[in-house]
Amino acid sequence: MTLVDTLQTSFKTVVSYRVRSLLIILAMALGVAAVVVLTALGDGARQYVINQFSSIGTNLLVVLPGRAETSGSFLGAVLGQTPRDLTLKDAQLLGRLPQVRRYAPLNVGAAELSGANRLREVTVLGSNADLIPIRHMKLAQGGFLAHGTERNAQIVLGAKIANEFFPRSQAIGQRVRLGDSRFIVSGVLAAQGESMGFNTDEIVIIPIDYAQAMFNTTSLFRILIEAKSHNVIEPAKQAILAALKQSHDGEEDITVITQDAILATFDRILHTMTLAVAGIAAISLIVAGILVMNVMLVAVNQRTAEIGLLKAIGATSRDIRRLFFAEAVWLSFAGAILGFLLGQSGSLMLRLAYPQLPAWAPAWASIAGILVALITGVLACLWPASQAARLDAVKALSKR
Amino acid sequence: MIHLSAITRTFHMGDQVVNALSDINLHIASGEYVSIMGPSGSGKSTLLNIIGLLDRPDSGRYELDDRLITDLPETEQAQIRREKIGFVFQSFHLIPRLTAAENIELPLVLSGIPPEQRQIRVNDALQAFELKQRASHRPAELSGGQRQRVAIARATIMRPSVILADEPTGNLDHQIGAEVMALLENLHHGGTTLIVVTHDRELGARAHRQIAMRDGKILTDQTDDAG
Repeated sequence: MTLVDTLQTSFKTVVSYRVRSLLIILAMALGVAAVVVLTALGDGARQYVINQFSSIGTNLLVVLPGRAETSGSFLGAVLGQTPRDLTLKDAQLLGRLPQVRRYAPLNVGAAELSGANRLREVTVLGSNADLIPIRHMKLAQGGFLAHGTERNAQIVLGAKIANEFFPRSQAIGQRVRLGDSRFIVSGVLAAQGESMGFNTDEIVIIPIDYAQAMFNTTSLFRILIEAKSHNVIEPAKQAILAALKQSHDGEEDITVITQDAILATFDRILHTMTLAVAGIAAISLIVAGILVMNVMLVAVNQRTAEIGLLKAIGATSRDIRRLFFAEAVWLSFAGAILGFLLGQSGSLMLRLAYPQLPAWAPAWASIAGILVALITGVLACLWPASQAARLDAVKALSKR
Repeated sequence: MIHLSAITRTFHMGDQVVNALSDINLHIASGEYVSIMGPSGSGKSTLLNIIGLLDRPDSGRYELDDRLITDLPETEQAQIRREKIGFVFQSFHLIPRLTAAENIELPLVLSGIPPEQRQIRVNDALQAFELKQRASHRPAELSGGQRQRVAIARATIMRPSVILADEPTGNLDHQIGAEVMALLENLHHGGTTLIVVTHDRELGARAHRQIAMRDGKILTDQTDDAG
C-alpha cells in the first residue's frame, strides 16, 4: 500500500466517523490552545514588567546608603554605628567619573503645599535638572528646574497636583507655598500614572538644596546615575564603589543596584513562570493523548471484522498498523492546527481586552505545543495499532 | 496447483483439544470446481482458511503452484493472498463506510496500483457485475444480492487463480443465491479454480468434484464424470 493511499484511506475513515473525530480533535485542540494562550499570558506579563522597568530609565544605576549584606566585615554594625550617609558631595564626585553621563541626587519627604486657596499634603522630591532625562519623565508644560541654578526657588508639579490647584488657569508662573518656603511653578509633569508603584502625578519636585534645607538633612535618599552606554554599566558600578569607598575612609558602605541586574532577575523569574504554566498546560495534552489511545483501542475493537477482511484480501500487518497510525496522525494534526488557531485568537482577544499586555505566544511555545500534540497522538496510537496488526484473521472475520 | 499433505490443525477450547483437521491429504488441480460439504464443526471452514492462508496448519505441507507455502513469512503470505486468492464470505464483509466502488477498489489499493489504472479496472468490474448504477452507494443501501455481487467483484478484481467461497449464498434467498452461484460458476468457466464450502447438499451437488468432511477428516471425495 502506498503512503498516499494510506493517508487517503485513513483520512476517509476520520471523516466518516465525524462526531468521534471532532471530539478528539477538540480535546487535542484545547490542549494546544491552553499552551498557546497560557504562554502568551506568561510572556505578556514578562514583557509588561520589563517594559515598565525599562521605562524608568536607560543604563540606570541606583546608589543607596548602607550595605545589603547580612554577613561580612562591616565594622560599623559591630560598633553600633549607622552607615555613613550619602551626601551631595558624594553625588558630585560620582558625576565626575568617566563612565557616568549624568547623575541626579534624590531626597524624599512630605510637606504641605498651599496656593490658590487650596492646601494638601504632597510627596516632595528634591533633585536636579538631570532627573528628567535619567528617569525618562516628560513635561506637559513649562520647563524643569534650570541647570546650575538649583538655588532658584522653582517647583515642578505633578499632573494631578497641577490640575487640583490650578484647574482652569495656567499653572506656570504661579506662586505656591511648600512648608515654610515660597516657590514659583516652573513646570508641570506630563501625566504618567503609576510606574513601579510610584505615582509621579502626585508629587512635586524642588531643587535638592531646598529639599535638604526643608527636611533639615545633609544626607541623600538615593543617587540616580546614568552610565554612558550599556557596556560601561558594570565598570561604572565598580568605579562608583571604589570612589565612594575612598571618600568614605575605606569603608564600603553603600549599595549599587543596576537596572540591568534587576531586569535580568525579573526576566528570569517570569520566564520560569511561563515555562511552568506551559508545563501545566502540556498535561492537558497528555490527557488528550490518552483519549486518542482510548478511542483508537475502541476503534480496533469495533473494526475487528474489517481488519480481518483487510487481511483476507491481502493487507500485511504493516499496512494495518500504518492505517491506524495514519488515522491518529490525522486526528492529532487536525487537533494541533485547530488548537494553534484557537490559541492565537485567544491571545488576540487578550490583547484586545488588555492593550497594555503584549500577550503574544512565544514561537517556541506554539511549536512545542503542536509537536507535543503530534508526538502524544502518535505515541498513544502505537499500542492500539499494533493490537490491530496482531489480530488473528480467522477470529477477526468470525466476529460480527 | 493446490497440494495439501498430512495437514493437521488443532484448537484448544478450555482444557479440551479439538482436532479441526487431522491428516488431510488433498490435491486440487488448476481450473477445478470443488465443493466441500459437511456439518458444522466438521473442519470444512478451517480447511478453507488454511487453503486461503488465513490460518496456518500445526503440521503438514501446503504447496500452491509448486511453491511451499507453509513456512513463508507473514508479508509474503499476504502478497499471495492479494495476488492469487479471492475470498467470498457468507456475510459479505463489505466495509460499511465505503461505497460499492471503493470496496471493490480495496485490493488494488493494497497492491499499490496507481489510481488511474484502478479507475479503469473498477469500472470494468462494475460493468461486468451490473453494479454501474450502484457504484456510489454504501453497502447499507444495497440489497443482499447486490452486496454479494460487490464482494465477488472485489474478490476477482486482482484476477486471482483461486476463488474461495464460504457459504456464499447462506444469507441470500433461493433465487438470488442461484444468481450468485451462476456468477461464481461463470468465473470457473473462465478458468478460475472455484472452491465452495457449504452445508447445503443441493448447492454442493453443482460442483464437479464433491468432498464430504466429518470430524476433521475427508469422508468421501467424488468427481462427476459428467463435469
